[in-house]
Amino acid sequence: MTTPRADLVWRAAGGRLSLRLDRRSLAVTLLLALALVASAGISLSLGSQATPPAAVLEALLFPGHSDIALIVHEIRLPRVLLGILVGACLGVAGLLLQGLVRNPLASPDVIGITGGASLAAVSFLALGGAALGEAWLPVAALGGAALVALAIIALSGRGVTPARLVLIGIGLAAALGAATTLVLVLAADTTAMQAYVWLTGSLYAAQWREVAALAPWALLGLPLALGLARRLDALALGDDLATGLGTAVRGSRLALLLLAVALAGSAVAFAGGLSFIGLLAPHIARRLVARGHAALVPVTALVGALILLHADLLGRLAFLPRDLPAGIFVAGIGAPFFVYLLHRWR
Amino acid sequence: MLTTPLARLLVLVLGALLALAAGLASLLLGAAEIPATTLVEAVLAPDPGSTPQLILLSERLPRAAIAALVGASLAVAGALMQTLTRNALAAPSILGINAGAMCFVVVASAVFALRSPLALVWVAFLGALAAALLVALLGRERGGGLSPVRVVLAGVAITALFVSLAQGLLIIDQERFEGLLLWLAGSVAGRGLEVVTPLLPFFLVAAGLCALLVRQLNLLVLDDEVGKGLGLRTGRVRLLAGAVVIVLAGGSVAMAGMIGFVGLIVPHMVRALFGRDHRWVLPGCVLLGAGLLLAADTLARFLMPPQEVPVGVMTALLGTPFFLTLARRRSLTP
Repeated sequence: MTTPRADLVWRAAGGRLSLRLDRRSLAVTLLLALALVASAGISLSLGSQATPPAAVLEALLFPGHSDIALIVHEIRLPRVLLGILVGACLGVAGLLLQGLVRNPLASPDVIGITGGASLAAVSFLALGGAALGEAWLPVAALGGAALVALAIIALSGRGVTPARLVLIGIGLAAALGAATTLVLVLAADTTAMQAYVWLTGSLYAAQWREVAALAPWALLGLPLALGLARRLDALALGDDLATGLGTAVRGSRLALLLLAVALAGSAVAFAGGLSFIGLLAPHIARRLVARGHAALVPVTALVGALILLHADLLGRLAFLPRDLPAGIFVAGIGAPFFVYLLHRWR
Repeated sequence: MLTTPLARLLVLVLGALLALAAGLASLLLGAAEIPATTLVEAVLAPDPGSTPQLILLSERLPRAAIAALVGASLAVAGALMQTLTRNALAAPSILGINAGAMCFVVVASAVFALRSPLALVWVAFLGALAAALLVALLGRERGGGLSPVRVVLAGVAITALFVSLAQGLLIIDQERFEGLLLWLAGSVAGRGLEVVTPLLPFFLVAAGLCALLVRQLNLLVLDDEVGKGLGLRTGRVRLLAGAVVIVLAGGSVAMAGMIGFVGLIVPHMVRALFGRDHRWVLPGCVLLGAGLLLAADTLARFLMPPQEVPVGVMTALLGTPFFLTLARRRSLTP
């Protein structure tokens, strides 16, 4: 597809780690990064109180105690950063799962990871966990996601074949959804509404504390995903060929699954049960860059971040003064688009 | 598996008796226990002033009728879908048909303020049809066949699509949150017979079509080529059976919201008893489906008193182990 001359190759650790990027992928990545910075800028300056970009820049560079500086620094900036991190994590988690299952329909929400986190979080809210402090909500959610991953692995048996793994995930997701509904129905009305907003996924009232808690997951997980890119490329060829190429198929699957759970679970823990980003971002990324997961990982992360950032911006502005959960817009725009993509993909 | 017609007939009668018993339990048991004598009195000597009779007629009776109808139609719809797609995991809830109908109903009642039961029934049919078309479109492999895993994944994606759209509406329209939540959770409680009556003609037509298609459905289980060789118009049979599925699943959602897994569990249980002959499978599904949902709904009243567990939750929790067992099987043909 591309001539070798146009590729940039980077190797480290005696060839154990290597990245091969063609010019087009690099250009796309840079363009998306620029778009992300621009979108973040727009996000920072728009809101119930519009701020001119110059004032935003000033507030960022010289944090003072003016109203604008306070709004930008304490309200909008953490929200934008959390959106970027969550979107990137969810997108890459979807990419890993799709590569692992070799099916473009897999994603954290389809196979129950989001469902596990949701059940844990909703139970936490409904059973009066708030008394423990809101800070424990993400811990509960992450624990739920991890438990589901363990259940999927245990139920898949020794094979961990892609088809079985995804079907078992779907079954668990259904049970988890039912259990979540049960908790919602039994909960007091006010908690039920709060829980519903959580289930839809929202960046409302994001705080620096949350950004700081999610950042390590993203900053560790995303490079790790890049490191596993070569294994994903090998798995895409089928188990036999991958084994022939010297890939430990089972070990790779487990590693990919665990990494996807860590990324998706941590993202969902802080932003709620967002769906579709994990499905959508990898699809869009595949249309933008050629095959090869080394290029797909960063592009997917950027696309995921862009989607969530814009969905949240819409949620903040579309129905002023109400601040609607970003998840509504991710689903509303993402779902029809996903159907279109899926139709074209064949 | 039962092989002789007599044994099958006996089991069918036994199933009918069980369904009847579940129906009686559903009428008499609950927060207010109603003695069986009241039931007899309500039939022989109706007394509008008596509270137990009022509960029985205005609350328990519609509830039992809805549960029986929904259970039977979901089970038959599941059996038809498993035959049509040759996929053991096919069911209205798993392939997104229920979610499509639910989402359309929620949109119609929240955005367009539609209230008439008949109009909502048509809306539910439309939603079920939309979801079915989407799944058929997305689940198709390059060669044109339906791959089991792909179809299930497409169904799940479509369910996610419709459910998240409905959830979004719930959050925007907070005032009617309570009323709309019912559609998502799936429950046969608190609705009157007025939601059943507009559906009866449709269900009668669906039952008639089933009776007419029985022989063709048996051929459809075989390879399409074999079916064609035996003179079967596979396209027409699929279209008609598909229409029956839409009516049954859409109608169920219009009555009771999203109730999952009945359409998955019951056909498998019935096939384990009767084999694959649709002449036995379909009646078996009617009786066992109705009995199962009646029993689940009665049980749901006693699990967490004073609150009732929505019956959709009950069936999902019952059905998941079943689904997982099927998913772990080597072959996915029913």
